[in-house]
Amino acid sequence: MAAINITNVSKIYAGGVEAVKSVSIDIADGEFIVLVGPSGCGKSTLLRMVAGLEAISKGTVEIGDRVINDVEPAERDIAMVFQNYALYPHMTVYNNLAYGLKNRGTPKAEIDARVAEAARMLEIEQYLSRKPRALSGGQRQRVAMGRAIVRKPAAFLFDEPLSNLDAKLRVSMRGEIKQLQKRLGTTSLYVTHDQLEAMTLADRLVVLNGGQIEQIGKPLDVYHTPASTFVASFIGSPAMNLLRGTRDGNQLHFGSQVLDLGRAPAFPGQVTVGIRAEDLRIATPGEQALTLKVDYIEELGAQRLVHGTIDGKKLTASLSPEIEIGETMPLTIAPERLHFFDADTGKRLAQPFAVSEGKRVERLEIAGA
Amino acid sequence: MHRTKLFDHVILMMGVFFMVGPLLVALMTSSHEAADIHRNGLQILPGGHFIDTYTTVLTKQGGFTGKITGLRMMMNSLILGIGFAAGKIILSMLAAYALVYFRFRFATITFWMIFTTLLLPLEVRILPSYEVMNTLKLTNTYTGLIVPLLASATGTFYFRQFFKSIPDELLEAARIDGAGPFKFFIDVIVPLSKTMIAAIFIIMFVYGWNQYLWPTLMTTDESFFTLVRGIKQILLVWVGSNIPDYNEAFALAILAMVPPVMIVMIFQRWFIKGLTESDK
Repeated sequence: MAAINITNVSKIYAGGVEAVKSVSIDIADGEFIVLVGPSGCGKSTLLRMVAGLEAISKGTVEIGDRVINDVEPAERDIAMVFQNYALYPHMTVYNNLAYGLKNRGTPKAEIDARVAEAARMLEIEQYLSRKPRALSGGQRQRVAMGRAIVRKPAAFLFDEPLSNLDAKLRVSMRGEIKQLQKRLGTTSLYVTHDQLEAMTLADRLVVLNGGQIEQIGKPLDVYHTPASTFVASFIGSPAMNLLRGTRDGNQLHFGSQVLDLGRAPAFPGQVTVGIRAEDLRIATPGEQALTLKVDYIEELGAQRLVHGTIDGKKLTASLSPEIEIGETMPLTIAPERLHFFDADTGKRLAQPFAVSEGKRVERLEIAGA
Repeated sequence: MHRTKLFDHVILMMGVFFMVGPLLVALMTSSHEAADIHRNGLQILPGGHFIDTYTTVLTKQGGFTGKITGLRMMMNSLILGIGFAAGKIILSMLAAYALVYFRFRFATITFWMIFTTLLLPLEVRILPSYEVMNTLKLTNTYTGLIVPLLASATGTFYFRQFFKSIPDELLEAARIDGAGPFKFFIDVIVPLSKTMIAAIFIIMFVYGWNQYLWPTLMTTDESFFTLVRGIKQILLVWVGSNIPDYNEAFALAILAMVPPVMIVMIFQRWFIKGLTESDK
């Protein structure tokens, strides 16, 4: 058990490609951190640098109070779970679990005890004498987890461990990983490209893009206050609607359609406006509205996703299935639910409708034009 | 499922006839007397001298010096075949391991240099090799027979391709589990290569067993003669009115076939797996 401090870490490959650019993350003891981002964002590289499978080009990584830049992977006191499990195919499950301990010269009795304990925890006791090929995907994943657990490491590193499982199993394994980590209290670093996995597992999540950190924060904070358009479109499903808008006094123009904000926010004329699909609602008669031209709908059961266009720009709204869908729909949104981003840099602009602390403001009625 | 029809059986029977037929003729002919064979040609029915001939071949002291028996030759062949196959496997596995897992400079060029020697048959370098062995005074030794043939481009190539197909994560997992290069090789690579080793072993054993030119060059001492040379030796006595011991030559040929056939039969399950299996 230990904290992990990643300080200004960069990875520069031969040829000058910078896969990770000066990343700093401080991970508290026992924290579950998820690195999330699209493929090629450097999240796996970062994890592999912590694991010692890739050399660290610049910066330092500390586990506990020890700088481990030049320490062999085996000496770093970490355990890793791989995407394809990486079980030794010729060894039984027992030997797979015990191999790392044997190499460390752990006494036989202790190996037995630890393997038995991990097997019990993961409910793989009856498979201990089997070879990995005789196991299903989920069972193999458990064995891979077991191999990490028996080592009692300072930190677990997960490299997309659930990507090879089918959807249903993924959900249940996700729950198990979360529970296990809480029970063991081991610091964990988890890499995934699946934002849902990131949201559900993380104590804090780190959104990476192009080798740089876009945002670090608690899942809900990241969801509700994305730091950039990239985070806004990456976290959450369906992705946040991003529309180019022009502010004119109190009004926000989306092409020919207008939303009155009630007051003048202090930012330049051109902005990118972010709208969560679930923040849109049907406008009551007489209320100001944006007119959505409906293209198609997606039924999700609990809600219905309505895809359409506002003045030629794509927009998705999440509505109750009870609402009847016409060819056009009048939609409205409370101004404080809008997200504003700089039109050029994509960075978040200060929320002009600051909600006072501790008070959940109902949707503001927008004064009729 | 395809239902076996008469035609399929015909094809199979023809296969059996063409492949087993000559062997049967050799076996049957070897049980006749030499003079009989000389007069009447090849035989398809058993003669009455099966046991005599094979006992003679295995135990009679023959050859120029009159000191070498069939058993001795068979032992020499086995030493050559097994030493050759085992040595090649060890050497080419280590070479391939270095080529795949150690990123040293020029690894790819080194590999292609090794690989191109595949194109060169042994005979191309047979004189220089002989010269080297002669200078080292290794003619007429097992070392001299085996060692110069050990470097194997084929073996290195097969093992390299095989090692490349082993997922990198296995190496990474082993590194995190605290296995060094040597431990990883012994604990993971060797057990995983089992079927591959069996396949290469068969190929190399048969290749070594059938070596003719190199043993002929390297050994003048008859106690190092191999079976393959022995067969030739029997037929060399055709001087004056001597009739070569055809029966013994045939018997020896049959005997020379037994060990490779057995090796193939024993290892064939692994052999097929090694060449076709892709599940790692």
